[in-house]
Amino acid sequence: MTDLADSRAESAKRRSGYALRPAASLTLAGLLIAVVGVALIALTVGAAGIPLARLPAALGLWADASAGPNLARDQLVLWSIRIPRIAAAAMVGGLLAASGAIMQGLFRNPLADPALVGVSSGGAFAAAAAIVFTDSQIGESLRFMQNQLLPVAAFTGSLATTVILYRIASRSGRTSIAIFLLAGIAIAAIANAGIGLLVFIADDRQLRDITFWLLGSLSGATWSKLATLAPVLGVALVACLSIARGLDVLVLGEAEAFHSGVDVERLKRISIVLVSAMTGVAVSVCGVVGFVGIVVPHLLRLVIGPAHRLLLPASILLGAVLMVGADTLARTIVAPADMPIGILTAAIGAPFFLAMLLRQRGLVSL
Amino acid sequence: MTPILAAQSLSMVVGGATLVDTIDLRIAAGEMVAIVGPNGAGKSTLLRMLSGDLRPTRGRIELKQREIHTYPPRQLAHHRAMLSQHVTVTFPFTVEEIVHMGAGDAGRAAAQRLVDAALGEVGLAHFSNRQLPTLSGGEQQRAHLARVLVQLACGEALHGPGLLLLDEPTSSLDMRHQIDLVETARRRAQNGTAVVAVLHDLNLAMRFADRIVLLHRGKLAVDGGRTEAMTAETIRRIFEVDVEIDYTEQGVPFLLPQTMRPVA
Repeated sequence: MTDLADSRAESAKRRSGYALRPAASLTLAGLLIAVVGVALIALTVGAAGIPLARLPAALGLWADASAGPNLARDQLVLWSIRIPRIAAAAMVGGLLAASGAIMQGLFRNPLADPALVGVSSGGAFAAAAAIVFTDSQIGESLRFMQNQLLPVAAFTGSLATTVILYRIASRSGRTSIAIFLLAGIAIAAIANAGIGLLVFIADDRQLRDITFWLLGSLSGATWSKLATLAPVLGVALVACLSIARGLDVLVLGEAEAFHSGVDVERLKRISIVLVSAMTGVAVSVCGVVGFVGIVVPHLLRLVIGPAHRLLLPASILLGAVLMVGADTLARTIVAPADMPIGILTAAIGAPFFLAMLLRQRGLVSL
Repeated sequence: MTPILAAQSLSMVVGGATLVDTIDLRIAAGEMVAIVGPNGAGKSTLLRMLSGDLRPTRGRIELKQREIHTYPPRQLAHHRAMLSQHVTVTFPFTVEEIVHMGAGDAGRAAAQRLVDAALGEVGLAHFSNRQLPTLSGGEQQRAHLARVLVQLACGEALHGPGLLLLDEPTSSLDMRHQIDLVETARRRAQNGTAVVAVLHDLNLAMRFADRIVLLHRGKLAVDGGRTEAMTAETIRRIFEVDVEIDYTEQGVPFLLPQTMRPVA
């Protein structure tokens, strides 16, 4: 009864505009436990199920006689397929969620998302172009170079898109939200038209590769792709923390942030490069996956508040949880087939975005 | 005495229109200056140039004997604090978090003391944990004032008296809080801060400032003490309004508008 009264008092206080926030360390610890929990579940389920009891042996933690005949198969499934895939899902989720949070801070707009405003499409277009043109230019013998080329192409495409978007939406230090979203839609349309053209001229194998980019999937995750993701995530995490205070103060507007001592131009440059690198690398591994960048930071702001010092690392962790969860769902609901994860995140994320739009209609002027 | 701020021949031309035309201004430590003038006179543009935010088309601004644009942003923020007219916050930061933004890289404990003091001074201590976007316009303006006061205090602790710029600081405030703001600014000036405010309300400007800078069509029309600057004749010429000037018991002049003159 007291609990009920307490929770009612708390929700009344929250409604009246008071902030009730859990401690930062508690939030991060809780999210870390969630990452480990969801990863453990993801390790056990799939087309080839590995019961929790057999997991330690398969992971090589200790020898277990009962694992017996399944051990070799379990180890193969875990180390060649499942672990790289789960790790890639976690990293991609973290990168997408953090790049969403940075973009929202940069544009002072909770509706900004790299996938929504065409940054991911720009990356996917560049990657698709790389697939089609390098194939015909460099020939079969050099196809292995695509592994290195695709992340670079996706990053360049994302960077170009973000810079164009920022140039169009910002004028004398002010960013118009309406122009930003509309320009994003237009840029996404141009990128999609380009992708359409590439689809038109591509051969069957290239078509399969391009479709993978458009719908998003983690089925192609390999150890070598993880080697590209991990350093970007590491650098991004450090860079995120270095721009956290600047992004907080930027909420006051560019002029006021400058008055408060923030080097606004430098902050904008770092943010744009970070968003592009994080989105580009994520796109190069799993294609276009929408809405993670918008859902995760928004949910977190409701609970832990908008301060970026906590929001950015928490976004990386919650992004990892959601992406590993969504990918586990994607590879189990139609098993043994693999549902493109982009379909799943859009099916969950788009209604969430609409609900958010309706709820915030009063607060955010479009 | 060397001025805190010295502006020479400032001009701002945008798209062929001259918004500010060859203005000279020197502001000393401890001075309270009000910039007044009709709509479109160039008041806010001048203030944004003085803050280092806008680069003048021509002219030069020195803050503490150093060209203002040679300061890196963080260092500049130690020497001058500015409160802009409209600040909209989209994310649910609390009042306390917003005020903390003024503290920059100051130590946590020292910053907290300054934040508490500033919140108390603007009468928002009981709202420290409220989300800023849920407050009224006037309360938000006071929260931003508290933030700017924290920034000023941090800078002055390191480098001595600085410059406080206020753009229409009373636009959303009720009468009591307008007077509180004047008192707050006066306390700063008594400690040596140079305070410059753009104000619309001429009566408030005369109550606020020792010195009044009157702009008209981008030019400096009058610069002087409040009694000599604000004559009935000057106000009729520039604002096109007939006024009567009277004095309070403390000798502060105040205006009573009489009749409107038709615009020529």
